[in-house]
Amino acid sequence: MAQMMYRDAVLQTLFAEMERDENVVVLGEDIVGGMGTAGGPEAIGGIWSTSVGLFDKFGKDRVIDTPISESAIVGAAAGLALAGKRPVAELMFADFIGVSLDQIWNQIGKFRYMFGGKTTCPAVIRMAYGAGFNAAAQHSQSVYALLTAMPGIKVVTPSTPADVKGLLTQAIRDDDPVIFMEHKALYGTMGEVPDGDYAIPFGHARLCRAGQDVTIVTLGLMVGFCEAVADKLATEGIGCDVIDLRTTSPMDEEAILDSVEITGRLVVVDESPPRCSLASDIAGLVTTKAFASLKAPPALVTTPHTPIPFARELESNYLPSPDKIEAAIRQTLAWR
Amino acid sequence: MQLSREALLRAYRQMKVIREFEERLHVEIMTGEIAGFTHLYCGQEAVAVGVCEHLDHADMIVSTHRGHGHCIAKGCDVKGMMKEIWGSREGICKGKGGSMHIADIDVGMLGANGIVGAGSPIGVGAALSAKIDGNGKVAITFSGDGACNQGTTFEAMNMAVVTKAPCIFLYENNKYSEHTGVSYSVGTNKDIASRAEAFGMKIWRGDGTDFFSVHDTMRDVLEYVRAGNGPAAVEFDTERFFGHFEGDPQRYRGKGELDHIRENRDALKIFRARVTEADLLSGADLDAIDAEVMTLIDEAVAEARLAERPTAADVLTDVYISY
Ligand SMILES: Cc1ncc(C[n+]2csc(CCOP(=O)(O)OP(=O)(O)O)c2C)c(N)n1
Ligand SMILES: [Mg+2]
Repeated sequence: MAQMMYRDAVLQTLFAEMERDENVVVLGEDIVGGMGTAGGPEAIGGIWSTSVGLFDKFGKDRVIDTPISESAIVGAAAGLALAGKRPVAELMFADFIGVSLDQIWNQIGKFRYMFGGKTTCPAVIRMAYGAGFNAAAQHSQSVYALLTAMPGIKVVTPSTPADVKGLLTQAIRDDDPVIFMEHKALYGTMGEVPDGDYAIPFGHARLCRAGQDVTIVTLGLMVGFCEAVADKLATEGIGCDVIDLRTTSPMDEEAILDSVEITGRLVVVDESPPRCSLASDIAGLVTTKAFASLKAPPALVTTPHTPIPFARELESNYLPSPDKIEAAIRQTLAWR
Repeated sequence: MQLSREALLRAYRQMKVIREFEERLHVEIMTGEIAGFTHLYCGQEAVAVGVCEHLDHADMIVSTHRGHGHCIAKGCDVKGMMKEIWGSREGICKGKGGSMHIADIDVGMLGANGIVGAGSPIGVGAALSAKIDGNGKVAITFSGDGACNQGTTFEAMNMAVVTKAPCIFLYENNKYSEHTGVSYSVGTNKDIASRAEAFGMKIWRGDGTDFFSVHDTMRDVLEYVRAGNGPAAVEFDTERFFGHFEGDPQRYRGKGELDHIRENRDALKIFRARVTEADLLSGADLDAIDAEVMTLIDEAVAEARLAERPTAADVLTDVYISY
């Protein structure tokens, strides 16, 4: 086990997989940086420092710095994948899926089915997502629900450096398209990462805290918030199951249902707006499949249904917080 | 054409406001008081002002992530902008947008934009509106040497050509898109204008560090577009004095590059030299503006610091539907 930052787990996994399989290629804006400048290549290595040194090691054919052209970046990943490569494309910010949506939604996500199973499309699209930096409405969104709603795409949202390694390894080796979402506020967090070959199969949630009284389902940055609240409530004798989904597609329904069957109470914590959301999806799952177990209505902690505001006071009030999570849990426990 | 004394003073003042607004932000951002991503326009002042001095509020511009200069030049309230960047509810967008999303439709400023390349199609639509109204107004979309590579930009140019939209595709080539050089990102041998020409537009080029070059060029461009000839494209060669965003280590720069451009490619220095050498304005005229602008910026910062902060309730306003 090595201690490592979340961002370094991304970089080291890319490095290891590129070394292992020469079909793995990476592409994106400024993933090398400095191309066509006096300073020369490797001026940045990705704005999140997740590709530092790849160009030096693997060269320009496999580490492709691109112009600002998200539609062509994702489309090229589609073509690379169809032609037998294993592309890992980077969108600097998840918000930029807007520019490239057709290639994700109508192309990459549909090839396997639409072509009658003749092909797979082993493309990985990495993207930095999430709020907390006052980056406002177009650089802060958590777009996993939108992508999870698209058939044919796997969506991965690691919350720890270890999961970054395990899930990114799996994503690159997976024969199907994977959206790999890295939370911006987690890049600098540290954690233990297993040595050697380490892949985590998709669709297996992680139980971060175990308790009998309430089931908390969450992902990404919110995992840490929920763990903190669970630890606090544990001192009062309230036990929480905290379930980190890890992947929203496929989703580990069994883990959620098994837990709710014991606790009878569900709180979903989701850093995105409430309509047609991950939170409402999970509430729907539990009410349709574990209705008899429920002792209280599911509680959903989401953002409001608005774009993300800029000012510090606005953004902090917009986001789910440990206080809001705690209040929702207490309300659920107090129900009738 | 010779500009009047008033016009020259006004142009200088506008450039100076942009310069000091940005220089001051560069300092204030280091204190940590200002949140979010901020992209400074220093070095490119001659472009925004050389363009917007030809426009009135009914002409429209569409801006970029590096939008402060465009906003000021088009007539957005400077103090309101400073308050916005400070995240105050008294800001020009109530603290909801911040640096990257400043807009004031009333003055024809249709918005800065956080999505690179999003502005060009919006400009086409605004221009089509002017065409429908037959009012001789134009829309100008500002794009960088990076944004010019977005498919949206290509689509917008072609659509403007086929619809004869009075739209001006204005390219500010500051030679960098974030950390990447234009010689790498633009395939046509560093030239953006000739690519626009291939779409069927008439093109112009000018020196984007020289107010007079920009202003003269734009006079011709605007005359052509206002006359109903359809869209046009213009490329200005310019410089970015700071990093891409505040905090950029700028490892892509050459040795001495920043000193060189500050020394030789400074729009304010160039303007001062031109007008004083030709005896159009005196050094004292310009010094007086400098002092006045410093006071304005000091006031803007002081007021922004004290301006009312937004509250939790403000998160839920300006929506169509409340849940
Ligand atoms: C769709 C999209 N892709 C990428 C970015 C990230 N980004 C912001 S500014 C920028 C560079 C833009 O370069 P250029 O158009 O030359 O403008 P400049 O920064 O030089 O003013 C990039 C890549 C973005 N905001 N939106
Ligand atoms: Mg540029």
